Amino acid sequence: MTSANGITPILQARGLVKRYGHVTALDGTDFELLPGEILAVIGDNGAGKSTLIKTLAGAIVPDEGEILLDGNVVHFSNPMDARRRGIETVYQDLAVAPALDIASNLYLGRELRRVGPMGSILRMLDKPKMRQEAARQMAELKIGIGSTTQAVETLSGGQRQGVAVARAAAWARRLVIMDEPTAALGVKESAMVLDLIRRIKARGLPVILISHNMPNVFEVADRIHIQRLGRRIAVVTPQSHSMAEVVAIMTGALAA
Amino acid sequence: MGKVATPARSTTPVQLAGLVGVFGRLGGLSTFGPLLALLVAIAIFGLLSDRFLRPDNLTVIVQQVMVVGTLAVGQTLVILTGGIDLSNGAIMVFTTILMAKLGVGQGLAVPVAVLVGLLAAGCLGAANGLLVTRFRLPPFIVTLGMLNIVLSITLLYSGGSSVTRLPDLLLILGRRFDVGGTLVTYGSLLMLAIFGIAAYVLKQTAWGTHVYAIGNNVEAARLSGIRVNQHLLTVYGVGGLIYGMAGLMLLGRVTVADPLGGQTANLDSITAVVIGGTSLFGGRGSVLNTLIGALMVGVLRNGLTLVGIDALYQTLATGVLVIVAVAVDQFARRGSR
Repeated sequence: MTSANGITPILQARGLVKRYGHVTALDGTDFELLPGEILAVIGDNGAGKSTLIKTLAGAIVPDEGEILLDGNVVHFSNPMDARRRGIETVYQDLAVAPALDIASNLYLGRELRRVGPMGSILRMLDKPKMRQEAARQMAELKIGIGSTTQAVETLSGGQRQGVAVARAAAWARRLVIMDEPTAALGVKESAMVLDLIRRIKARGLPVILISHNMPNVFEVADRIHIQRLGRRIAVVTPQSHSMAEVVAIMTGALAA
Repeated sequence: MGKVATPARSTTPVQLAGLVGVFGRLGGLSTFGPLLALLVAIAIFGLLSDRFLRPDNLTVIVQQVMVVGTLAVGQTLVILTGGIDLSNGAIMVFTTILMAKLGVGQGLAVPVAVLVGLLAAGCLGAANGLLVTRFRLPPFIVTLGMLNIVLSITLLYSGGSSVTRLPDLLLILGRRFDVGGTLVTYGSLLMLAIFGIAAYVLKQTAWGTHVYAIGNNVEAARLSGIRVNQHLLTVYGVGGLIYGMAGLMLLGRVTVADPLGGQTANLDSITAVVIGGTSLFGGRGSVLNTLIGALMVGVLRNGLTLVGIDALYQTLATGVLVIVAVAVDQFARRGSR
């Protein structure tokens, strides 16, 4: 499958429908994420952006429609399915285990074991290797943290989100989804996370950014997907539209 | 302890941050606090009583904490996941009755009776886990119910009377052997081995990491692909198995199977966990802390007895210690936020 300009989208969705009783959260939404881009997804409360993102991340199974990864139809029945296909998600509520150290958090659920009988029989973790790799990941993303043996709870909110982002970046092979990654953060820490998003893009991984924060969106997004009443009503760029126009489209004050 | 990975040429702010982190982790009073308290208590009783520090007295303390200490290992596993187990004492006592009745009345070979007993204990633990995960009931309620159910089954099955004249092999964990002039029971060794294995599994394997992750942030654990329900089921099941082993130790120690024994063992095991500094909120603490906690209770009781203080005051001292331990834990938690 190719889009109008001949590039195969990394992730594409067509006619997604999701109903909850009488409420239609998704009413035939389309979606396209192009290689190497940061795509912001915005929409008013109840526009269905949350449902859309959860569908793409495998947390919700749509009633109708299809999802294509690299042009091939895929079916995600849970987040692990999406993860196995190289889609990693960063959640807004800092989904880390606070008392565990940075390395353990980065490898949570995907721990490395030692080679040889210590690993295969005694199931011993290869902590040195995990720490080393975690340190490399953190350094690559320029997240300034002293030691990967530090408990996550000793970090600031921004650094914690940094751990969550590094974790996603470390495992994502196709794309990273970030659901309101700056919602719980202050201005300075938000700027740090936005920098991280740019670095992930610089590594060649496309990013889907869900955000309420218009200045953030205009700062990093290449394109903006505007969701309204369960549909994608427009895709604009920060160059083609002003912030006021985007908000007007989002709220229905301006026709797309 | 793993070393900080950065080479130590000069002290950079980054390294300082790392150091602060290491101290935040170790010095949060959660590891050193209880150990220090134990050493201080040992030193004080050593000064007050000539007998206290004698090797035979120290082995007596270990024997005295053997049963509760072992129960507390299972309790620690459950508490680390954010749960609690009120039924562990009842499961242990049921196991003693089951093993004793099978070994004496039914005339089964003792190893078979033991195996059946351990299996039953594991199943009762797993039943707790099943109710907690499948029916999403709070662990407190589930294990409170299980406590009463198992207690009642124990009384019905035993007819309310003790099983005596047990075969020697059932009492093996109470048997002593000579180590350089002091007598050590096999049960004490088994308890230390269980602590060692649990410590290894918790700190060095993915299974253990996942126990902490579930207790820390169950949603994060789930999103990381950890099968939370399955994991909790095994935690409660393994807990049950450990309670069964505590049952075998109890038989060795008191040489009869008493259906009304061990009534406060559940709370005693929680006391050991809490005094060790493991958080009742889950996700923080360690099984070695629990060993320290169990020994602390043992040292306090033994030491106060040697000094000649009434047993009633010993219980009072334990009570004060529990409250102090939890207060310190709360304080440390607030400090780290």
